Amino acid sequence: MNVTLRIWRQESPVQPGRMIPYQVEDISPDMSFLEVLDVLNERLTVAGEDPVAFDSDCREGICGMCGLVIDGVAHGPQALVTTCQLHMRSFADGAVIDVEPWRAGPFPIVKDLVVDRGSLDRIIEAGGYISIPTGSAPEAHSILVPKDDADAAFDAATCIGCGACVAACPNGSAALFLGAKITHLGLLPQGQPERRSRVLGMVTRHDEEGFGGCTQIGECTAVCPKGIQLDVISRYHRDMLSALLHSG
Amino acid sequence: MSDTAAASVPALFTVGTPIADTKTPSGPIEERWDARRFDARLVNPANRRALSVIVVGTGLAGGSAAATLGEAGYRVEVFCFQDSPRRAHSIAAQGGINAAKNYRNDGDSAMRLFYDTVKGGDFRARESNVYRLAQVSVDIIDQCVAQGVPFAREYGGLLDNRSFGGVQVSRTFYARGQTGQQLLLGAYQALERQVGAGTVSVHARHEMLDVIIADGRARGVVVRNLVTGEVSAHFADAVVLATGGYSNAFYLSTNAVGCNATAIWRAHRRGALFANPCFTQIHPTCIPVSGEHQSKLTLMSESLRNDGRIWVPARAGDSRLPSEIPKTERDYFLERRYPAFGNLVPRDVASRAAKNVCDRGFGVGPGGLGVYLDFADAIARLGRSVIEERYGNLFDMYQQITAEDPYRAPMRIYPAVHYTMGGLWVDYDLQSTIPGLFVIGEANFSDHGANRLGASALMQGLADGYFVLPTTLAHYLSVGPFEKLDERHPAAREALAAVQDRISRLLGIKGRRSPVFFHKQLGALLWDHCGMERTREGLLTALGAIRTLRDEFWSDVKVAGGTQELNQALERAGRVADFLELGELMCIDALHRDESCGCHFRAEHQTQDGEALRDDKDFAYVAAWERSGEAGPPILHKEKLTFKYVELKARSYT
Repeated sequence: MNVTLRIWRQESPVQPGRMIPYQVEDISPDMSFLEVLDVLNERLTVAGEDPVAFDSDCREGICGMCGLVIDGVAHGPQALVTTCQLHMRSFADGAVIDVEPWRAGPFPIVKDLVVDRGSLDRIIEAGGYISIPTGSAPEAHSILVPKDDADAAFDAATCIGCGACVAACPNGSAALFLGAKITHLGLLPQGQPERRSRVLGMVTRHDEEGFGGCTQIGECTAVCPKGIQLDVISRYHRDMLSALLHSG
Repeated sequence: MSDTAAASVPALFTVGTPIADTKTPSGPIEERWDARRFDARLVNPANRRALSVIVVGTGLAGGSAAATLGEAGYRVEVFCFQDSPRRAHSIAAQGGINAAKNYRNDGDSAMRLFYDTVKGGDFRARESNVYRLAQVSVDIIDQCVAQGVPFAREYGGLLDNRSFGGVQVSRTFYARGQTGQQLLLGAYQALERQVGAGTVSVHARHEMLDVIIADGRARGVVVRNLVTGEVSAHFADAVVLATGGYSNAFYLSTNAVGCNATAIWRAHRRGALFANPCFTQIHPTCIPVSGEHQSKLTLMSESLRNDGRIWVPARAGDSRLPSEIPKTERDYFLERRYPAFGNLVPRDVASRAAKNVCDRGFGVGPGGLGVYLDFADAIARLGRSVIEERYGNLFDMYQQITAEDPYRAPMRIYPAVHYTMGGLWVDYDLQSTIPGLFVIGEANFSDHGANRLGASALMQGLADGYFVLPTTLAHYLSVGPFEKLDERHPAAREALAAVQDRISRLLGIKGRRSPVFFHKQLGALLWDHCGMERTREGLLTALGAIRTLRDEFWSDVKVAGGTQELNQALERAGRVADFLELGELMCIDALHRDESCGCHFRAEHQTQDGEALRDDKDFAYVAAWERSGEAGPPILHKEKLTFKYVELKARSYT
């Protein structure tokens, strides 16, 4: 099959970018979307042109490094997959496909399709953990966790930190990312002692980084490759309310 | 060995003086780690602020080490090439983590985990290290549970366990098929907590390109900022490499596309010995290759072998759909050949058996390079919901990639390169042959011998990072801090200039072929000749071809773009250049090891049934290689392995 990729090219954060069309011919429907970019880059390299910069690493949907807005949708047309898991069989032969980076204030563009998501690390740094220095843990079976809670905590913990939720949100909010971590740790007995300080710290940092507020639109969960549900945001709001009441 | 072999092989390397681990205490194996901890010097908490450590890599080993060292109060600088420490490739580990908790009361113990690991590694690992690994395995689970790692649980709230290849007990803890992700996020969160506390600083999107050795000690690293292209030197009292394995030398592997050997190879070029480079694990349960543009292979956890049955049609070339082939016309070849372990034989045995049936024409799918992994019996016995609970995400992933539904038709699988047991040589303290250069996790060679058992990589990474290194590194640092260094030190100036020079050379060639072109060629050579089955003839062919390919690379590679910017082609070129050197050493090591053991199957050395034939008289040693300049042959240093607690005998899984 043949496709036309209209790709956002931007040399550096300070220069303006624009969409450039590239024809890619004779590709197989079994190829992944990123493998098509690989083929294009091989061609550009041999021709002496600057290849398209894009992020990817594990290429199996778990590291969270890849992320492109494809035809206006974060991670492309198929639900519940990352960009690296998207295959060309999801597109029609002859399709013209727009490829853009995540667009959000807290994710400045580095080059072409590569953005800086360090703001998500800084949200975790502000409380997204349980304080348990190495060596100080009690015997594992001294902490019992009901299976339902463990399963729900796991569901929230599957967040890969890709930032698609932010890219999709009209407000540029990271509420789904925030809620996922607050839910994961807040559902477990180990996470209770820091439950209030965690939500206060993380939300404060989230706002300082320039992410917007959540107005429950739901674009985030629609593009989340791990299917994280909106109830994590409700849980974070509830914890936030409780924390604010207790902090007087 | 024939006369001609004896005449030509020595030209490829020379034999140097033996090497020995001098740090393992004597005494009963159960008491050695305690003895080492007691003998190790300590650093007063008040003095730790004055001591600095560089950690390169943020996977399970590097992340857990950096967090723990930060908690202890050292000043820690961390580097990773990804855009966040949370993305290191440990995150992709699926199946689980072993620990000798004996929660199932099925006869498990530290001694049994030790025994299984030494035997599974085909008697090419150091007993003391493996025993320590088994001992600290139980502490890892405690630590991770306390961090909030959401392990699978039973209805009573207790942790669930499952069994894994190569063992007969259930000692594997897991978090659905995403155990590596959850363990790494635990370490990452502990690391970010230390960033917040000000003890650790993280430099993401930085790649280490050299190690700085001053006055005989590793004192820093040269890194390139992958966004700005700036090359800079960073200094500390000790350097820890936690940069993972080198499976990507094969081009196609289950590793992330960014995984590379540059950090350990650069350290090797600076004098660190490289041990057992030919010990590379081929994982049996991967999704077969679909086309020539494939950029990586996808593994599916071998936990699938708990409930899936592996088979091929009993008649070669049988083109019927799997559902149309009655059970009597199927060959469940693992169950047939290894009745005691069945589908749960170790990875090397399972991979080779699959290759054999495919080589003989019984394979299924495109090119006959696949075998069936069938869940029909398990679904009939346990119900679809149980299988979904255990493997749901793996089934989804398979369907996503192949567009086939494994609930209805068997999966097709084929082996793929997955893990490297070889790596930089370290002593019991995890210190390389360069004082102050410590190597942890997959980057070192230590605990898995010639074959790693499933669910042991996560265990080793976290054992090294959380529990072993913090003790042994303190011992080293107790005589510090060392003299303060900066960019004006001759060693730093030399390393910085060497890195700049190499970057200029790569950009200056302006040839006709991309770095990926050379990477693919190298990968094909290694897969064909230094993969699941190796022969003297094939290895000699590969050696000649790799040298030619390397010369072509340095005269014909084309790297677009410049130095002072994000340049992914330049990153790739540097990594491929190092793989081209490492690939040669892998072949020399495979050629010199004139026996079969674990993953290293030399066709010349097999039993009548096609099983690996070890030669303990001549090869019960670790092969630690020293580099001797640009042109000279490498020098082999042997660390003799002795087995006192596990009887040295032929490995049998029948």
